[in-house]
Amino acid sequence: MARVVVDVMLKPEILDPQGQAVQRALPRLGFEGIADVRQGKRFELEVDGPVDDAALARINEMAETFLANTVIEDFTVKVEESK
Amino acid sequence: MTARIGVVTFPGTLDDKDSLRAVRTAGAEPVSLWHRDKDLKQVDAVVLAGGFSYGDYLRAGAIARFSPVMETIIEQAKAGLPVLGICNGFQILTEAHLLPGGMLQNNHLHFICREQKLRVETSGTAWTADYTAGQEIRIPLKNMDGRYVAEERVLDELEAEGRVAFRYLDVNPNGSLRDIAGITNAAGNVVGLMPHPEHAVEPLVGTGRTDGLGFFTSILKKLVNA
Repeated sequence: MARVVVDVMLKPEILDPQGQAVQRALPRLGFEGIADVRQGKRFELEVDGPVDDAALARINEMAETFLANTVIEDFTVKVEESK
Repeated sequence: MTARIGVVTFPGTLDDKDSLRAVRTAGAEPVSLWHRDKDLKQVDAVVLAGGFSYGDYLRAGAIARFSPVMETIIEQAKAGLPVLGICNGFQILTEAHLLPGGMLQNNHLHFICREQKLRVETSGTAWTADYTAGQEIRIPLKNMDGRYVAEERVLDELEAEGRVAFRYLDVNPNGSLRDIAGITNAAGNVVGLMPHPEHAVEPLVGTGRTDGLGFFTSILKKLVNA
């Protein structure tokens, strides 16, 4: 069985106050040198059957219509072999 | 004759009862609609009320947008059915792409609950005809995900077409771009806003103001005179 990972991130031009709050907390915790943080979502999909072009096309469609709101977010789809 | 105005209840909707009451207070007939039912019971207009439909899982409004009742509402809104989205209802309308842009978490990351001053920017919609353009009103605002965002090109288009329907005054409570509190579609039948007119329709409750009643009298007059 293969795993497909969909990562969803706010578009770069959109303010991410959660990421900023994380970034501002870092120096206080002793983690220096992080100039910027942006926070996103990761979906791990366990796929029944082969991850062929047709399956990936459906997953792209799913990401575009549901997992991400492409008005405000970008997404990437990648295949991982699960152990 | 009066108009039938539906109010949708999703799992997690909070303000459906207040919205039904606001419809009745304005003189229209309130009709409860259910998220799993595609049938709109022949209503003349629909209110999508506030709350946290489906727990706001994934994104606010993202799951409600795919519910059976929304299939019919999306189809009929495109054909001219008046739809008002309040708070979570506004979020559902942007997720359904009936209104442009999107809603994100307040820029300060806190829940807000306050009375908010707004300017009604246009009386040219089904839901704002009883106001005058430029009129200032005060109604409650309570949300987590109230930050309206859209591409610059879309914002310019909204401004040029007079489709910014409401703007925050005095303070921008959530980081919404260009102080936008609510917008309308090009036809003026679909309107969404974050603040809550349905909580400001009777002097005895809430903050004692009735500044929100005009939303419901606007739609009633439009439907009865149609």
